Amino acid sequence: MSKLDFEKPILELEAKIAELRNVGSDSSLNISDEIRRMQAKADRLLQQTYGKLTPVQKVQVARHQDRPHFLDYVRGMIEDFTPLAGDRRFAEDKALLGGLGRFKGRSVVIMGQEKGSDTESRIRHNFGMARPEGYRKAQRLLEMASQYQLPVITLVDTAGAYPGVGAEERGQAEAIAKSIEACLRTKAPILSVVIGEGGSGGAIAIATADRVFMLEHSIYSVISPEGCASILWRSADHADDAATALKLTAEDMLGLKLIDGIIQEPIGGAHRAKEQTIENVAKQLDSSLNSLIPWNDNDLKQSRRDKFLAMGRNL
Amino acid sequence: MNWLNNFIRPKIRSLVTQQKDVPDNLWQKCATCEGMLFNRDLSENLNVCYHCGHHMKITVDERLRLLFDDAKWDEVRLAKVAQDPLKFKDSKKYADRLKAAQTKSRRDDGIIVAKGTITGIPVVIAAFDFDFMGGSMGAGVGEGVVRAAEEAVKTNSALLAIPASGGARMQEGALSLMQMPRTIIAVEMVKEAGLPYFVLLTDPTTGGVSASFAMVGDIHLAEPGCMIGFAGKRVIQETIREELPPRFQTAEYLVDHGMVDMVVPRKELRATLGRMLGLILRPGFDAHGTGRSNKGGSAPKSPAKGGSDVRTAANAARNIAQLAPKLATVKKKKPANTSTPVRKAAAK
Repeated sequence: MSKLDFEKPILELEAKIAELRNVGSDSSLNISDEIRRMQAKADRLLQQTYGKLTPVQKVQVARHQDRPHFLDYVRGMIEDFTPLAGDRRFAEDKALLGGLGRFKGRSVVIMGQEKGSDTESRIRHNFGMARPEGYRKAQRLLEMASQYQLPVITLVDTAGAYPGVGAEERGQAEAIAKSIEACLRTKAPILSVVIGEGGSGGAIAIATADRVFMLEHSIYSVISPEGCASILWRSADHADDAATALKLTAEDMLGLKLIDGIIQEPIGGAHRAKEQTIENVAKQLDSSLNSLIPWNDNDLKQSRRDKFLAMGRNL
Repeated sequence: MNWLNNFIRPKIRSLVTQQKDVPDNLWQKCATCEGMLFNRDLSENLNVCYHCGHHMKITVDERLRLLFDDAKWDEVRLAKVAQDPLKFKDSKKYADRLKAAQTKSRRDDGIIVAKGTITGIPVVIAAFDFDFMGGSMGAGVGEGVVRAAEEAVKTNSALLAIPASGGARMQEGALSLMQMPRTIIAVEMVKEAGLPYFVLLTDPTTGGVSASFAMVGDIHLAEPGCMIGFAGKRVIQETIREELPPRFQTAEYLVDHGMVDMVVPRKELRATLGRMLGLILRPGFDAHGTGRSNKGGSAPKSPAKGGSDVRTAANAARNIAQLAPKLATVKKKKPANTSTPVRKAAAK
């Protein structure tokens, strides 16, 4: 299930190497040269494959279940994380988590969608698809950030806002709109990183930020390639074409001047080296935050607005 | 498949419809009550079924005609935006689809920004044209909303947004997604200037349009029976695999769930809007005792910047009402189709 079809040759090679290592340890045969040779081949294959992923392959990597998720980043780069719960109106939504914590010594508000890491947690977090309560919790946390002048870090990883009857009844559209509005009103720097899937309105709701970064193999799109294909091609089989046409890769997004930068992933993708990925993200966030501190509330708000108003005009 | 849908089926349909005993151009059937409607009576009734009250679509021009005083307005010229920046192609090139829609509508994109008065109060309207690619919001439409907000601030007018849209224009990828924050920034500018921002939700208002400027109005009005929601019905049904409740995502349903203030029949829209604008802008008292100096219709103070000076902002809004009669007379002298501000003195 977690296997990517285009990784098959690499995985087979890696399995063989593991087998040989086992043999090597309980026999006197010297096969270390062979192992070294095969390992070099596997590394080369990995580098080649990941050096030229197609858009639809990036979609698969961005959704890979072993990719580091929100809580992995929190564990890896936030000290004293103190989760806060509830929107104070209706419920607590575990699809969008957030709270206070310390990043590189500074107090911050951190939030993001959590997809979960096994069946049980995936269900608990609703696969990272937030309901209105999640976005209202985000608004609450953004207001708190303004009040106490705390920088905000948002980690985006969602297929989109949850499409359900209850979500609609409780105003999913309004919750997202107000969450964007809350971002625009925040009197503290907001830094966003798309760590996996940047799925449409559910993503931009917390990514209307002063700086927006994407991980190398993450995606950011107005609609899922499958959804786009079923509407425009009238068949989900064209997801491949849709992924290409939508220009949803980090490189495309940077080319369209819709994001501020790309954070490199280790060779073979974030799911192969979680810690290194998290470190890369932390490094980028730290240097960006340093460039935004200290800030003037009005200047910050104005330049955030100007940045979004300029989008599309600068093409 | 497309050939079948687009060519063969209409042909067959036209063969079938020819067998109807009434000519197409005189009568039509109401989709809701199936009552026969005489076209001339229907259009006199603002495209509302006179048997059951079902509201059918009207063109964006008809919409403006029924809202503005004397059915008169000036259209605000919109800046050109990058056409097809993604070079998007599905079964057809987006550039071609766009060109076809432009030719058909004789407009650059699916939005009209117009200014005029409603019951004497200056109002800028940003109205979506659903016939233009389903009213989808790309950079051009988003730019229209931004321009409408700028015009409202510049001319001290209220802003009325009238969405009619299936959502974001996916042929513009994430650029269309970015119109969500962009249009909300537009609304923020109007709110900070202390000017009213109303939304009239019409059929349909969904997706990225409902989840942005359409849901942050001071007041939300909706036309009877119109469809309003975030996710499409089919997507929801595929997710929950249950029957949807009756009237789900209709205007009336949204009123029941607290997302819309009122459902207003088309005939009553102008009067209702006028009454609400009057209540806000002509309060009948001077809250801070500073507005009297403007009574003679002198130029209003420029609206507050940064939104901190609420007093100035509120006064700026009140000045609209005081200026209104004068504005109406100025307007009559002006030739139509200009995009210059109605009242130069109000320009910043």
